[in-house]
Amino acid sequence: MADVKKIATRAAYGEFLVEEGAKRPNLVAMSADLSGSNKTDGFEKAYPERFIESGISEQDMYAEAAGLALSGKVVCASTFAMFAAGRAYEIIRNSIAYTGANVKICATHGGITVGEDGASHQTFEDIALMREIPGMVVLNPADAVSAKALLAETVAADGPSYVRLGRANVPVIYDENEIFEIGKAKTVKEGSNVTIIATGIMVADAIAAAETLEAEGISARVIDMHTIKPLDEEAIIKAAQETGAIVTAEEHSVIGGLGSAVAEVVVQNCPVKVAMVGQKDCFGESGKPADLLKKYGMTPADIVAAVKSVK
Amino acid sequence: MKERNYEELQAVARKVRMNALRAIYAANSGHPGGSFSVTDILVALYFDEMNIDPKNPKMEDRDKLVLSKGHAVPALYATLGERGFFDVEEMMTLRQVDSHFQGHPNMNKCPGIEMSTGSLGQGFSVAVGMAIASKMDKKDNFVYAVTGDGELQEGIIWEAALSAAKYQLDNFIAIVDWNGLQIDGNVDVVKKVAPIDEKFASFGFNTIMADGHDFESLLGAIDQAKANKGTGKPTVIVAKTHKGQGVSFMTDQAGWPGKAPNAEQFEQAMKELGGEM
Repeated sequence: MADVKKIATRAAYGEFLVEEGAKRPNLVAMSADLSGSNKTDGFEKAYPERFIESGISEQDMYAEAAGLALSGKVVCASTFAMFAAGRAYEIIRNSIAYTGANVKICATHGGITVGEDGASHQTFEDIALMREIPGMVVLNPADAVSAKALLAETVAADGPSYVRLGRANVPVIYDENEIFEIGKAKTVKEGSNVTIIATGIMVADAIAAAETLEAEGISARVIDMHTIKPLDEEAIIKAAQETGAIVTAEEHSVIGGLGSAVAEVVVQNCPVKVAMVGQKDCFGESGKPADLLKKYGMTPADIVAAVKSVK
Repeated sequence: MKERNYEELQAVARKVRMNALRAIYAANSGHPGGSFSVTDILVALYFDEMNIDPKNPKMEDRDKLVLSKGHAVPALYATLGERGFFDVEEMMTLRQVDSHFQGHPNMNKCPGIEMSTGSLGQGFSVAVGMAIASKMDKKDNFVYAVTGDGELQEGIIWEAALSAAKYQLDNFIAIVDWNGLQIDGNVDVVKKVAPIDEKFASFGFNTIMADGHDFESLLGAIDQAKANKGTGKPTVIVAKTHKGQGVSFMTDQAGWPGKAPNAEQFEQAMKELGGEM
């Protein structure tokens, strides 16, 4: 995949906002002092009257977002995933989810690929926190194409959602016109010996791992689980039945995230071996994203090793 | 100055307090103290000041009230019931399973409730968001946020106050039910928030002091707050109240925010509030 185009999902979000703003006069974007980083700055320039700069007050931003949404706006409110899902958790739970407010929590800088800023800014807990809130849709797109498509879907639907977006440039794995449906997993590669269920930026790594495995005679199915909630249970059960083993891969803690969500389905329906690739119950640190992914065990090689452990 | 019948409002407030207490007594759970301190504020708003339609709770361009101190919701239910949003007897299921009348307000279960609250501080910030939306849409309505004074210890209040000033929300009126008490005791001792008016003034608010149990004072303050429209500044009304107002043994008692009366106390309280229903 050496020549493949690389775009950060946050950049796709920025483009999406500007395009969608033209179609939806009731679309409001909010940012908590990081509009250049979370890519809401394009929307701010295009539609200043519909942009709210909340300053460094994430809790206030998400509560105000609820107020705006309950007044008829569709609100995309952005900050780093750490401060959205983490700092504003209880406001998201009580003022957004409990009311059913139409707020899209578009959280950028998820996971360890935040890189140099280090552990205080790297969250591995956000998907776990968000997926246990009743009624919250949780999306974690793998690339720029799926990010735009899933954002368009969630903005068109009523109710709260959490969209995890990344800082780092990641390979574009889908064709421009690929169609995505919230809650419907995408099988990106067929296979019969094992299934790798990946989410977010780990989907590209799962594809790379599957290619390595193929060369060794192991046929790995690769599923892009872009929607963590509502989870595509059917695709998971089918994978367990047809391939007999599952490896999950996420740029998130193995506690409470995709791995846990998949395991919950597997143990209740068709127990097979499951191995989980992800952050292992520890904090991150400063470093280049690629170095961190390697050190903390979230690379194609780690997926390959996990596959071998369940086969 | 418009002609007002203060006695009529007082009579409504008596009924509201009695119905709130009946519901709390039936539930054997609830917050009578904070409900009674805020009662007159709610009656003044819903029976005089607010542009609302009980038959059409979601009326476009209505005034909105967010009860940020959600634990006082028995007073709001009783006020809405009295105003005709629903039959007030329905609220006697307060805090029981399957009831529309949750222990803290749920906007999706009860008509007239504008926002689900209970976790303190958030309602104030949500109301600021509503006021920003009204400004964006060039609407003429007012958005009210009713808070406690202990509630002002929540940081989000002050984050939202900065926003209200920044966005020049002269359609936003905060009313502080300044009863001076919180569950662990005197607000001044637990964590002092006074001087409330000066703090808000320094955050860019118009400030008005009022007697929260005197309709002339309250309505005057709200009239003045509305008249601030055009100044580009949000307004806070600091309304001096008494926790448990209307019942002698509950008045200014820190112990009464979070418990229901026993049978004897209930009888006594109902007598003091104005006799049998």
